[in-house]
Amino acid sequence: MSVLTKIGRWFDDRLQIGKPLMETMAHPVPRQTSSWFYVFGSAALTVFGLQVVTGILLAILYVPSAGEAWNSLQMLNHQVAAGWFIRALHGWGSNFMLGIVLIHMVQVFLFGAYKFPRELTWIVGILLLLTTLGMAFTGQVLRFDQDAYWGLGIGASIASRVPLMGPTLVKLLLGGPIIAGATLSRFFALHVFVVPGLLIAFVGLHLLLVIKLGINEWPMPGRIVRRATYLAEYHELTQREGIPFVPAAVWKDIVFSGFVLLAIVACAVLLGPFGPGGQPDPTIIQTSPHPDFFFWWLYALLSFLPPAAETPILLIGPAIGLVVLIALPFFSGEGEKSWKRRPIAVLTVLLAAVSLGALTHLGAHTPWSPQMDAWSGEPIPDRYLKGRTALERHGALVLQLKQCRNCHALDGAGGERGPALDGIAVRLTQDQLIRQVVQGGGNMPAYGKNLSPAETTALVAFLETLHPAGQAPARDASRAAIAGTPP
Amino acid sequence: MSSPERPSRRGFFLKAGLLLNGIVGVVLAVPVVRYLLSPLSRERKPGYRSWVSLGSVANFPAGETRFATYRNPVVRPSDGETATIACWVRNIDGARFQVFAVNCAHLGCPVRWFPQSNLFMCPCHGGAYYADGARASGPPERGLFEQRYKIEGGSLFVEAGDMPTPGALATLSVRRPSCPS
Repeated sequence: MSVLTKIGRWFDDRLQIGKPLMETMAHPVPRQTSSWFYVFGSAALTVFGLQVVTGILLAILYVPSAGEAWNSLQMLNHQVAAGWFIRALHGWGSNFMLGIVLIHMVQVFLFGAYKFPRELTWIVGILLLLTTLGMAFTGQVLRFDQDAYWGLGIGASIASRVPLMGPTLVKLLLGGPIIAGATLSRFFALHVFVVPGLLIAFVGLHLLLVIKLGINEWPMPGRIVRRATYLAEYHELTQREGIPFVPAAVWKDIVFSGFVLLAIVACAVLLGPFGPGGQPDPTIIQTSPHPDFFFWWLYALLSFLPPAAETPILLIGPAIGLVVLIALPFFSGEGEKSWKRRPIAVLTVLLAAVSLGALTHLGAHTPWSPQMDAWSGEPIPDRYLKGRTALERHGALVLQLKQCRNCHALDGAGGERGPALDGIAVRLTQDQLIRQVVQGGGNMPAYGKNLSPAETTALVAFLETLHPAGQAPARDASRAAIAGTPP
Repeated sequence: MSSPERPSRRGFFLKAGLLLNGIVGVVLAVPVVRYLLSPLSRERKPGYRSWVSLGSVANFPAGETRFATYRNPVVRPSDGETATIACWVRNIDGARFQVFAVNCAHLGCPVRWFPQSNLFMCPCHGGAYYADGARASGPPERGLFEQRYKIEGGSLFVEAGDMPTPGALATLSVRRPSCPS
């Protein structure tokens, strides 16, 4: 007997966990669950392990103080050996964890794994999704830069809209009257102690349930889940054609986790750490705050919702979504598991993916944000100025000086908040142009007070020249009729 | 063995022990909850909302809107730059002023003043406001947050304290400066 075996036996005589551990590892699982579709849960756990390790490493040097956090991140990036790499691993690990958790959720949903008797496993999974999102948001705050600062402002503004409790919630969220040192300290406590504590507890519960109830079998079209018979059928399945989890199924988990870790390392090395961006100084207002990518969909939604609907949808929408997710296994706890016989489930996933994808794409592009420097930075294309009268050129100047370009593009340059002006003369007549400029409307401020009549005349004269060469500008047919000339 | 209907001495002591721990738990919970709610009780302390100088009135010429900063009255050593707050000061006609919080009334992003077009614009979702802070366009449901001001000894003072948020209407001073006529 080797020394190692002796030492191992000495410990196990006292701990007595060897036998139950071996039994758990070798427990039979349905043959077809040794599949590349069943690797996402373990991969999420692996990445969480990476997050814990890199998080502890970062906490060694990070300073959770509003006055020092940004400097400590700069120090980690530039002065500490491999500091940038640990930050990059933690940042990319967070992105991968969120992605894998979502893929895992979709897979579990499409495979009907939430059905009887695994309802609680699904609900704990929802809690894990929430805690993972909580880690993402609090982590973004700890990268204490301009985006984090104004992101907190956005969070506070949303929280303030809760009826009655709004202002109270804001103070509790910020730890004081403004975003400051106390805010960062409490987000540090949340990100490092509270949320990870919950996450570890939920992961433990999730795993315990998976072991107690067994992994979901591969869904077969026509194999119906019934509360009365399912447990016996599953037992039969694992006993008759089951394979031991270790090593028959686990090798795919291990290989996939390895590839995921490799991908995170590759991203960290090639693309580096995230930020920090500009200093979190509230007096630097030359900034365009932008959340991290997992909240881009929300950022987009906040821009497109009608103002009056925003608060109710923001506050009630997530609650309804959560209730639906939690209630899912109770109103659909039996029946078909296979996605091939569940068209509504497949369509739901597609709809959610397309909506989230489209909103995320818009959130990356932010067409609703004015380009704050376009008026002074983007020239007017010279073909719009050639051969123009002095009045029209003066109008072009008015267009630039009154910041119209911040919201309106010319030749693809400028803001996209309002429509591009390249062909505006084809769409609006002179009178309509004057009305739109003076009165505004349709998301445009009224410029009546801010433009002199001469400036308005010049601006509209210039706008009337903006039409494609072969297309005549729009005109008011009634005018010609009144003047008695044929149109 | 005690009979099931008669509580045993051990059973009694178990319950008494649990009760004792429960009482201690409740007693301990009081300071813990007070500690957790300290951000709320703080506003009852003096100096929470107070008048802060923005400097000489001469820095704010009549008819113009200027950027100003002040140190928040409630400040802690670890706050660093975050306790320096920005605002926009509009001198309407040399006698009347308006002080706007820099935070957009939609989601709190910092609005920028464009004197050429007399508009405040927000970089986040494109909210726009007129020179007097009234909503011009975009997602905000209201005008800019206005802070109370006073002029003492040639200096402009602003009432400062907490970050304005769209839901906290009750705590905001949306009062317009009265016309001196």
